[in-house]
Amino acid sequence: MEKTSKLSLVFLILLFVAGFILGYSSGWFDPLSEYRVEGEQYSGGESTVFNESVNAFGEAAPNLTGNKDLFFVTGNAFFKRNWVTPPASTADLDGLGPLFNARSCSSCHLLDGRGSPPRSIDEEPVDLLFRLSRPSKEGNGTRPDENYGGQFNHMSVLGVEPEGDVRVRYEEIPGEYPDGTKYSLRKPIYEFDSLAYGDFPDDIMISPRIAQHLVGLGLLEAIPEERLKEVADSADADNDGISGRINYVYDHINGKMSAGRFGWKANEPSVRQQTAVAFREDIGITSEHFPEELCAENQKGCKEFPSGGNPELTSDILDRLTLYTETIAVPARRNWDQEDVLKGKKAFIEIGCASCHVPQQKTGIHPNHPELSNQTIYPYTDLLLHDMGPGLADGRPDWKATGTEWRTPPLWGIGLIETVSGHTFFLHDGRARNLEEAILWHGGEAESAKDNFKELPKTERENLITFLNSL
Amino acid sequence: MKKVLTAASLMSLILFTGCSTHQELKPVVENYADIVLATYQDALSDAEALDKAVNEFVENPSPATLDSTKKAWLNARETYGKTEAFRFYGGPIDDEDGPEGQLNAWPLDESYIDYVEASPTGEGESVGTNIINSPDEFPEITKEMIASLNEQGSETNVSSGYHAVEFLLWGQDLSKGPGGGERPYTDYVTGPEGTHDHQERRATYLTETTELITDDLQMLVNEWKKGEDNYRAFFASEEQINTSIGRILNGIGKLSKGELAGERMFVSWDLRSKEDEHSCFSDNTHRDIVVNALGIQNVILGEYKRTNGTVVSGPSVLDVIEDENEALAEELKETVTQSVELTQEIEPPFDQQILSQDGRQQIMDTINSLRRQGDLIAEAAAILGYNVDPDAI
Repeated sequence: MEKTSKLSLVFLILLFVAGFILGYSSGWFDPLSEYRVEGEQYSGGESTVFNESVNAFGEAAPNLTGNKDLFFVTGNAFFKRNWVTPPASTADLDGLGPLFNARSCSSCHLLDGRGSPPRSIDEEPVDLLFRLSRPSKEGNGTRPDENYGGQFNHMSVLGVEPEGDVRVRYEEIPGEYPDGTKYSLRKPIYEFDSLAYGDFPDDIMISPRIAQHLVGLGLLEAIPEERLKEVADSADADNDGISGRINYVYDHINGKMSAGRFGWKANEPSVRQQTAVAFREDIGITSEHFPEELCAENQKGCKEFPSGGNPELTSDILDRLTLYTETIAVPARRNWDQEDVLKGKKAFIEIGCASCHVPQQKTGIHPNHPELSNQTIYPYTDLLLHDMGPGLADGRPDWKATGTEWRTPPLWGIGLIETVSGHTFFLHDGRARNLEEAILWHGGEAESAKDNFKELPKTERENLITFLNSL
Repeated sequence: MKKVLTAASLMSLILFTGCSTHQELKPVVENYADIVLATYQDALSDAEALDKAVNEFVENPSPATLDSTKKAWLNARETYGKTEAFRFYGGPIDDEDGPEGQLNAWPLDESYIDYVEASPTGEGESVGTNIINSPDEFPEITKEMIASLNEQGSETNVSSGYHAVEFLLWGQDLSKGPGGGERPYTDYVTGPEGTHDHQERRATYLTETTELITDDLQMLVNEWKKGEDNYRAFFASEEQINTSIGRILNGIGKLSKGELAGERMFVSWDLRSKEDEHSCFSDNTHRDIVVNALGIQNVILGEYKRTNGTVVSGPSVLDVIEDENEALAEELKETVTQSVELTQEIEPPFDQQILSQDGRQQIMDTINSLRRQGDLIAEAAAILGYNVDPDAI
């Protein structure tokens, strides 16, 4: 071979190699490159923390300014402290009950994590509570029961009768993937006994709710309402089978109807209201927004019990607690650009999960925390109501939400639930024992995405779960 | 994730083989364990003295015996407070079955235990029921019953421990200004001179709660004794030495920043709230703060002066840090000394200091010093290959 042709061969090879490198780095040969989005590991934008420990949900947003990191400490302290029977020397913590589900926020949201249903029939539910109501044409479509009020309280201060006991047992429902792999789902059945204020009436509606993990709530609060309206598609105009709806609920703080964002049915418009409602309903603590104790019409002993102050929760403490719950940082994703994770993400998008679990959102202006404003975040939710089918239905309307609708829960942080909370129970009542079961419970508008999931080859299903665990 | 973990543990191993060997770390861990044991032993003997005083008081209630019992309680807090530097790493004090909540939990559910006034001005009695005044519901008061009530449900009604004894001796704090509770000794006198019902049941609650404290402390002493099949044997074992250095740093880091500077001081400072303090019935919060800071200093310096004057000392984590970074060790030592001094300068009562301008400044300076101390401990830990998050408690 002549020298020149040798040289040109070398040159050609070099050109080929360079072209390959260029091509590879631009993604021409990498089928996953469009799913590798640099920056998406920062789930909470600039308020993301890198923490994979048991305290992964317990850190303040790292970009807080001024004294907010210290106010976060105060909020955290009151989140953990037990409230005590009135009247007490510790005035700030005075006013538990008379009827309640828990003595502190953290007893259900331990380490700001997620609650679990009872592990056995003998165990009383703690992180799982039950809304009770009767049908009504007014307001949010329900009214409280005369004897039990709007929530079942299985605990009480000494001298007042607790409402009763509840036990949960499960019924196994077998199923099978098209490839023949078998699975089993468990359906909860609730049994109420020792009811202290009379039998439940026939038309009582009972809705179980489990405590959710609490990261990034201020960021969700800062997603502009306009954005929710854009995504909402209540009449399914685009015919994709998905009809997200905004739940419009009463905003007690601003005295008007607002878009609901928080709670399993998006029935609370703001973190502050959600916090104040939880204090009153779950711990029996009144606040400036909800000054009346929640005793049912016929619960005389409850009504006559001394109060811990008027209101029991001072506005300073509510301010700190609101700041705390708004500014808990979102943990960063792990292994976000690993191959199986990217494959799982691809499947997640292709089979339709991302229609409701919208990966990316942009925050607008947060009224109190500029640190949370104008952030690109990855919450994996549209914050809208969707019909989830009869399998998951609680049959209890809540403002605009029907008895089969639930809010798309954000998925950020779910891969760390096991580390922080020590379990992998998912869905509104914790019936799913892992993420796979949670997917398999999806029905209604999510039926086709679920069916697509079942059609996937086993490795692809596993990749999808691996992806979810990276969130 | 696994890869990252392996890389991190390899890293710490490399760091350790680079500077400190097992032979060098073993005496540090042993000396720490000696200090833990000595401190718990002192806390136990002070609690036994309290138990004795309590029994004498209920046998013969008088202003003098009540006063000497209160002194015994205050004295018992001096040693117990120092043991809090041994928390926050799942040791015998606060592992899953640990007695921490039973010994020292707060806030106390006082009206669950005994009568309280129905209004903060002290007019009229509580209409609620409580253990002492409900003989039908709680026929016999025993330490087993108190322990079980404290764990009622999945979370606790705080009804045992040092603060329960404090409440039973001082009573609720109804003062608007300085001053703690003013329970009359006659709450324990049976017969016509006695005040408030069920004096004998109150006495039993007091003696049983105090006994429960001594039981728990005895258990802790047993877990830290040398040469026995107990937690100490695990803690100081060859396989655990490295991890135990991390535990030691975790304990003092979290007590410094998250617990003491944050929960116990900043929260009261922030809310200017008279009773967001620990020892609210006795107004002894200023001493709780000092002894916590001293407990941290003991661990850092590896030196503890016992109640009887003898000194337990030896190589400490500060020596290990010094080997790696002399300047950081020096700064930590200075900060710890400064923190202790600052805590000692806080005038009693704490609940009044958080209201005055000078008091607030002094308390804030102390908080800042303790926070800095926590961050320095975390920094030192990171250099040694450990991950300490001093905010997390």
